[in-house]
Amino acid sequence: MLLIPCPHCGPRNQEEFAYERSVDSLVRLDDAPGVAMAALYARANLRGEDHEIWVHVQGCGQWLRLTRDRVTHAFRDVEAL
Amino acid sequence: MAKTSFAAGRYSALALLRGALGGHRHWGRAWRAAEPGGPYDVIIIGGGGHGLATAYYLAQVHGVRRVAVLEKGYIGGGNTGRNTTIVRSNYRQPQLQRMLDHSLRLWHGLSDELNYNVMFSPRGALFLGHSDADMVKLAERGDALIAMNIDAELMTPDAVAKLVPLLDMRRDARWPIEGGLIQRRGGTARHDAVAWGFARAADNLGVDIIENCEVTGFLRDGDRVTGVTTTRGDISGGRTAICVAGNSGHVAGLAGLKLPIESHTLQAWVTEPVKPMIDTVVMSQSLHCYFSQSDKGGIVGGGDPDMFPSYAQRGAPIRLEESIAQCIALAPALSRLRMVRSWAGVTDMSFDGAPIIGEMPLAGLYLNGGWCYGGFKATPGSGWLYAHLLATGENHPIAAPFGLDRFASGRTVDEAGAGPMPQHR
Ligand SMILES: Cc1cc2nc3c(=O)[nH]c(=O)nc-3n(C[C@H](O)[C@H](O)[C@H](O)COP(=O)(O)OP(=O)(O)OC[C@H]3O[C@@H](n4cnc5c(N)ncnc54)[C@H](O)[C@@H]3O)c2cc1C
Ligand SMILES: [Zn+2]
Repeated sequence: MLLIPCPHCGPRNQEEFAYERSVDSLVRLDDAPGVAMAALYARANLRGEDHEIWVHVQGCGQWLRLTRDRVTHAFRDVEAL
Repeated sequence: MAKTSFAAGRYSALALLRGALGGHRHWGRAWRAAEPGGPYDVIIIGGGGHGLATAYYLAQVHGVRRVAVLEKGYIGGGNTGRNTTIVRSNYRQPQLQRMLDHSLRLWHGLSDELNYNVMFSPRGALFLGHSDADMVKLAERGDALIAMNIDAELMTPDAVAKLVPLLDMRRDARWPIEGGLIQRRGGTARHDAVAWGFARAADNLGVDIIENCEVTGFLRDGDRVTGVTTTRGDISGGRTAICVAGNSGHVAGLAGLKLPIESHTLQAWVTEPVKPMIDTVVMSQSLHCYFSQSDKGGIVGGGDPDMFPSYAQRGAPIRLEESIAQCIALAPALSRLRMVRSWAGVTDMSFDGAPIIGEMPLAGLYLNGGWCYGGFKATPGSGWLYAHLLATGENHPIAAPFGLDRFASGRTVDEAGAGPMPQHR
C-alpha cells in the first residue's frame, strides 16, 4: 500500500489518490498530429523510475507530479502542479 | 486430429498402469533442458502459455521446427501461473468474438491434441445482472453473440438460483440479482498444465525450451533485428517474436521502441480447499468481481486491477478487500472460508483493451502482447495466430484487426470504450 506524500496535505493513504497518466503523455493544443499521436499512444512504460501525474481526489483535489520507481514503489520526488 | 507420437512415450491409462507396477520409476522428463543453440528460424521471447503455444503450432501446423523459446525464469512462472483460469468467448466486439471463439474451439480438443490433461472444464461462465439496465445490456450482448454463432443464454433469477444455490437472491440483498447471461461452453482449465502440455508437445517436435535465459537486448543489422543478446549469450534467428506479457514495454524498450501499453498489477486470492460448493464460474461485470472453485477445492477469486503502473508483482490490500467483500455479498457462505493466499501478476494493459499481434517497426521483430487481464483464455488461439504470422509473414484474417497500426489509423477495438486510459478499464 502506498503512503503518498501530498505537498499540501502531508502523507496520505493511496486510496485518496487517482493515477491520471504518465508525464510523457501530455498533449498540447498546438501539437502536430504525429506528436499528439505519440503522446496518446506511445509509452516508455519504464521498468524503473518514471514520472506520473496523480490527483488527490479525496483530499485537497490538487494535481501532483510524482517521480516513482515502478518496481520498488519508492517515491523520489513529489511536486505540486 | 492425428495422434502425435512421443519420443519418451505417450501418456495413457496403460502407461499409468505399467508405471504403477514398476513403482512409477520409469517416468522421464516431460521436456529436455535445452542449451542455447541456433541459428533458429524463430526465436520466441517468453515461456508463458502464449510463447509455448506459439512454438508448438509453429512446429505442428507449419513444420517450422528450428524454434527456441527463451524464458528468463521458469516456464509458466509469469501470468500463466498466476491467473484465475477463466476461459470464455462471450465478448461484445465482433473482432474479439471471432478471435476468442477460435481459441475456445481449440480449448475443447486441447487435452487430446497435446496428449496432456489440461483439465479444461467447460462448466459454464455466468455473468450476473443486478438491475434492469444490466439485464438489457446482457440481453443485447447475448443477441450479438448468437448472431455470431456463439452460445449465449439469458437466465431468469430462478434459473440463476437453481444453478448457483449459494447466491443471495433476496430482494433486499446488497446487490440484488435480476438474472444472468451464461456461456455454457466456457469454464476453467489448469494453468500449469497448459504451459507444461504445450512445452512437452513442442519439445517433442524439436523446439528448444531454454529456461533461466533473459533477453537483455537485440542483435541488429541496420534496421533489421537478427537475434537477441541474453544472460546465456547471443542467439541469432530469422524472426524474433516478443511474447512477454507484463514485460512487453520493457522488452520493446530494449529495441528503442515504445508501445501503446502500460504495465499494471492484477491480484487474485484463494481460500482453503472445501468440498464442491460452486460448479460454475460466477462473474459480475457491474461490480468487478468473480469467483469459481478449483479442482483442488479452493475458491479462487479476483476483481479490479490496482489502477496505477507497476512492475512489482504485488498489490495493495484495498483492492483485495473490495473483490472479497463483493464476492461475500453475492455468496454469503464464502465468509466462513479462510483465505490461504493472495498474489499478483503484471498485466500488459493495452490502450484499447485489446491484444496486439503484428509486426513491429523494425524488420524481423514481431509482437504478441497487450492481453491485459484476459489472455489466459486466448492461450491456444493466440499461439495459433502468432505462429501463422511468424511462419507466413502475414497476419491471419482473424488477427488482422489487431495490428499495432490500428492506433494511428483510429481502428481501435475498444470493448470498454475507455480510450487510452488503462486505469479506467
Ligand atoms: C491475477 C491474474 C488473474 C488473471 N485471470 C485471468 C482469467 O481468469 N482469464 C484470462 O483469460 N486471463 C486472466 N489473466 C490474464 C492472463 O494471465 C494473461 O493475459 C496471460 O497469462 C498472458 O500469457 P503469456 O504467456 O503471454 O504471459 P506469461 O505467462 O506472463 O509469460 C510471459 C513470460 O515472459 C517471460 N519474460 C519476461 N521478460 C523476459 C525477458 N526479457 N527474457 C525472457 N523471458 C522474459 C516471463 O518470465 C514470463 O514467463 C489474469 C492475470 C492475472 C495477473
Ligand atoms: Zn492533498
